[in-house]
Amino acid sequence: MKFKGTENYVATEDLMVAVNAAITLQRPLLVKGEPGTGKTVLAEEIAKSLGKKLITWSIKSTTRAQQGLYEYDAVSRLRDSQLGDERVHDIGNYIVKGKLWEAFEADGEAPVLLIDEIDKADIEFPNDLLQELDRMEFFVYETQQTVKATNRPIVIITSNNEKELPDAFLRRCFFHYIRFPDADTMAEIIEVHYPGIQKRLVAEALNLFYDMRDVSGLKKKPSTSELLDWLKLLMAEDLPPEALRAKDAKTAVPPMHGALLKNEQDVHLFERLAFMARREGR
Amino acid sequence: MFTGFFYKLKEIRVPVSLREYLTLLEAVEKGLANYSVEDFYYLARSALVKDERHLDKFDRVFSEHFKGVIDLTEGMDEVEKTEIPEEWLHKLAEKFLSDEEKAEIEALGGWEKLMETLKQRLEEQKGRHQGGNKWIGTAGTSPFGAYGYNPEGVRIGQDKSRHRRAVKVWDKREFKNLDDSVEIGTRNIKVALRRLRKWARTGAADELDLPGTITSTARQGWLDVQMRPERHNAVKILMLFDVGGSMDDHIKVCEELFSAVKTEFKHLEYYYFHNCPYEGLWKDNARRWNEQVSTWDVINTYGADYKLVIVGDATMSPYEITYPGGAVEYWNAEAGAVWMQRLLDHFDHAAWINPQPENWWRHHQSIQIMHKLMAGRMFPLSLDGLDRMTGELNR
Repeated sequence: MKFKGTENYVATEDLMVAVNAAITLQRPLLVKGEPGTGKTVLAEEIAKSLGKKLITWSIKSTTRAQQGLYEYDAVSRLRDSQLGDERVHDIGNYIVKGKLWEAFEADGEAPVLLIDEIDKADIEFPNDLLQELDRMEFFVYETQQTVKATNRPIVIITSNNEKELPDAFLRRCFFHYIRFPDADTMAEIIEVHYPGIQKRLVAEALNLFYDMRDVSGLKKKPSTSELLDWLKLLMAEDLPPEALRAKDAKTAVPPMHGALLKNEQDVHLFERLAFMARREGR
Repeated sequence: MFTGFFYKLKEIRVPVSLREYLTLLEAVEKGLANYSVEDFYYLARSALVKDERHLDKFDRVFSEHFKGVIDLTEGMDEVEKTEIPEEWLHKLAEKFLSDEEKAEIEALGGWEKLMETLKQRLEEQKGRHQGGNKWIGTAGTSPFGAYGYNPEGVRIGQDKSRHRRAVKVWDKREFKNLDDSVEIGTRNIKVALRRLRKWARTGAADELDLPGTITSTARQGWLDVQMRPERHNAVKILMLFDVGGSMDDHIKVCEELFSAVKTEFKHLEYYYFHNCPYEGLWKDNARRWNEQVSTWDVINTYGADYKLVIVGDATMSPYEITYPGGAVEYWNAEAGAVWMQRLLDHFDHAAWINPQPENWWRHHQSIQIMHKLMAGRMFPLSLDGLDRMTGELNR
């Protein structure tokens, strides 16, 4: 059982080592990196390449650890009791299974569990999951039963670095930081997504793209996912590569820049730069 | 097996624990490293380093510790290293230069500035030159030339690098700018400041309290809906910014700090001062002479529950702190130290953020005086420093 990337996903050497270590030793893998470098997609691709089911648990600021295990739906039990429903006598009817429970109980092969953007939750959230992820079991107080994973799922955790994760939690994980891909890897990624896209167009687009990333003062640098969207637009418009190269003239703001620059201030910055370039050209 | 390596990591303050070391050994035992140094590097990195801030340190230790092994096994593909490693230069500089000299050289500007100046000098200079401290030559203190002692020096006329060696992945040190003592941006600052959050429920009760409702309903026997106020960040911050003069060098990082702080806290008040707080503070630099607020008013307006954060480099003449009339811009009747003491007496939670690098502090008398006045609560303007500051303010 080895992960080697898929036809849709270019995995670097170091990423493969980290993923395979996490799979073999059955520890969670914590993935960090700039937004848009394919952290979430990684879990999907691991599931796909190993032929496993993917269970995604997206974390929000209000998510509590307990919700991943199970929730006791007291309100509907209260309602049922007032209506005199028979179901009310079995408390098990009001236990709602969480994503972790789902992953532990999956029949057959162990699934891939993605805990997405764990840093969104409260600072104590990872600590509350320590034992559960370590031993892959937890206890349901309401029904006095212990839920234990039949097969340990492969756990992938992503973080955008909004909060520091507790040391005790980190110690139990493997860690990988997805670096922004270099130009070669990027060309490979584009080839995977849009095979046969005109070579020259890609070359020009990549040049422009890395130039843009080098402009200092951008609020949000364009990332891989934005580059892919932009290329899609360029292809749909059937623009010739020359349109991208006209850097000095009026078109210093690249065509379809809306896909790359997501921030009004950044667009303004570019327009100002373009204006200055035009004045110098005169 | 790799115990020496493990202890070296600990020494350089990469937070590794025995558990992670055992994980690594387990992984190696299962054959995950494939008996190649590169794979072992990736594996060790993934198992031992849990934060991108430490990746650079890890690379350095790895390179140092496994040098012999790598040279033996795969030192074949020699790659020309075109520049002297930065830390090597720093080491050299530490050995030969006093801190004042270092500061002076740094003051020439960053790397880009240096290259620009170099171009100019090359154009100006005609003919060969030796010695001196401006022109390009050998063995001088000018930043340009070979075998010199400038930490940002540019090598010229040294026909080949003295440091030919293989550059492996860990030697490229691509994670350098993730080290937390180096880069600081608005977003990073915000993350660091999140520690200061103090959640409280005050104000109108407009949120359904579900557990409360359940308990209360069970007790009463009918649906008894309970409401509670929404949770919000209740921490209060008063910030004083030093502006002008020596602070101009730090203006960018201070701007970032300011914009981060401004969006992060609801109760944030800020004032400006120059070098040291005296009897007046102001809110708008353009009208600083007309619209000064008395420091007494500030002390009396904001309660002791405000946390006082002063941002300044504290680099000035010691007289500006200790003597009446020491201020550079006008006559102050009472010494800066007196005003500092008044502020500190009122605000129990106070900290000073200093954009000057921490290891230079002991070379400036004024910083030492301020450090003492603040009872050690002075922190550098780095992520690590902000972390320590929030810890201090939360105590």
